Amino acid sequence: MEYEIVIGMEIHIELGTKTKIFCSCPTEFGQDENTHTCPVCLGMPGVLPVLNEKVVEYATRAGLALNCEIAHFSKMDRKNYFYPDLPKAYQTSQFDLPICTGGVVGIEVDRVKKDIGITRIHIEEDAGKLLHESADGTLLDVNRCGVPLIEIVTEPDLRSAEEARAFAEKVRNILEYTGVSDCKMEQGSMRFDVNLSIREKGCEVLGTRTEMKNLNSFRALIRAVQYESKRQIIEIKKGHTIIQETRKWDDTKGSSSSLRSKEEAHDYRYFPEPDLVPIVLEPAYIEKIKSELPELPEAKKKRYIDEYKLPEYDAGVLTTTGVTARFFEEAVALYNEPKQISNWMMVEIPPLLKENELSMENISITPAQLVALLKLVKNNEISGNTGKEVLKEMFSTGKNPGDIVKEKGLAQMSDAGELEAIIEKIVSDNPKSVEDIGAGNDKAYGFLTGQVMKATKGKANAQVANEIIRAVVAKHLA
Amino acid sequence: MSLTREDVTYVANLARLEFSEDEVTALADQLGAVLDYAETLSGLDTSKIKATEHVLAVQNVFREDEIKPCLTNEEALANAPESEAGCFKVPRVME
Ligand SMILES: [Zn+2]
Repeated sequence: MEYEIVIGMEIHIELGTKTKIFCSCPTEFGQDENTHTCPVCLGMPGVLPVLNEKVVEYATRAGLALNCEIAHFSKMDRKNYFYPDLPKAYQTSQFDLPICTGGVVGIEVDRVKKDIGITRIHIEEDAGKLLHESADGTLLDVNRCGVPLIEIVTEPDLRSAEEARAFAEKVRNILEYTGVSDCKMEQGSMRFDVNLSIREKGCEVLGTRTEMKNLNSFRALIRAVQYESKRQIIEIKKGHTIIQETRKWDDTKGSSSSLRSKEEAHDYRYFPEPDLVPIVLEPAYIEKIKSELPELPEAKKKRYIDEYKLPEYDAGVLTTTGVTARFFEEAVALYNEPKQISNWMMVEIPPLLKENELSMENISITPAQLVALLKLVKNNEISGNTGKEVLKEMFSTGKNPGDIVKEKGLAQMSDAGELEAIIEKIVSDNPKSVEDIGAGNDKAYGFLTGQVMKATKGKANAQVANEIIRAVVAKHLA
Repeated sequence: MSLTREDVTYVANLARLEFSEDEVTALADQLGAVLDYAETLSGLDTSKIKATEHVLAVQNVFREDEIKPCLTNEEALANAPESEAGCFKVPRVME
């Protein structure tokens, strides 16, 4: 029997506002415990929360970028539950009237394109952080309490770990482009919840699902989906029924365990938040935000193919993140050789980023410096191989390519006279190769070229050298 | 009576409240009476009245995204029954 995996996701994303959602405390990450708090986010009695206008703007922008309808009327609600990470004993969220509904995001896995439906996006506040390091209790840091979040809820449209990953990456790329969040997973700016069930292929009815919360990396997402789908299929094959429950994913162990069953069902007793008034957005406001949306990855990719004549693959890689696309565009603006720039950005730069423990966000060279290097290669002042060496040096020293070439004497030998003398000697020293070529074995040319490169420490202009080698060999054979 | 003893126990559990058997019976009676009274509203014809999503006729009260001074760590923890290492300390919770 063939089984089908059915996945729906909830993605929590911290918005990049300066202040919290209902108070003026900063949202800055990594500060000393309980230094970014005020009576509002500490949940003191009698305080009045006031909604941050940027939260509404960012949520609207995110919704539009993900092809959602923006609600004319939405409101905040209280979601009640007891857990010490929420001093108020409720989370201010949105229940029946969220700010965005009905979006769609296109993904592609193994060359198959598919649309993933977005049910809704709502705004809410983050909870505090519990530290389990006290000997006889649990410690609470309220700094994250009230940091604005959007929660993106999908339809159960995903069918594999790869699709879940592709969707999550696409959402991250789009939101990073729109500037509503830095989507830094290592800082918890993007977290995934996965609802997963199994059914016989072709069956219309959904199976019983389990939920895994707070997966905080793409790797954890993929592994958790693979583990949980396998676990459920094994259970079903044994004739067991799947219990609807929340499971905790342990990324170190690579397995999940039951956290709480639906018997102590979540009954959040939602009710309208009396301290916050409804949000009413006029069409003009929504239109204005729509008109200010930056070019999104999909459109950018298409433009790179049309305008820069790049292969689809290149266009896809270069538009994966906003910073990569910006670097490329700055380089192309200085130097109209998109394919050359693309090749170097896709092939040479990534390993150097890794080696230097950098990313495109804090890359140590500028687009102008890359362009200066590519011009040296294009004009045959240095060879491609030397160019790679120079780039490596640029990464570690930050120096300009021209200076590195000068300092290290890396300029290419294109002077025919100088090369001719070297080649004449090499050909004379290798009569066997000349013989081989005479016998029709052209491979010997490669050997001679290698010798020339060795003698010139790789600085010989390969094209000029090859021409001279052929001429000299012909002379010897004559 | 519109409210059962089970309803009372369920709600009490959600609110982390504990009641004796007698109290549950009494509360089922009293809360039931309140709910029955509220039920009289269902007798009204509301077909031509717009749903009330919020009790206030005010909308769009926002603040600018500007940082203002926070409490110091000492001020934040001043009312905490227990604190440790700059944090509020609560009974141990399971992860
Ligand atoms: Zn605050």
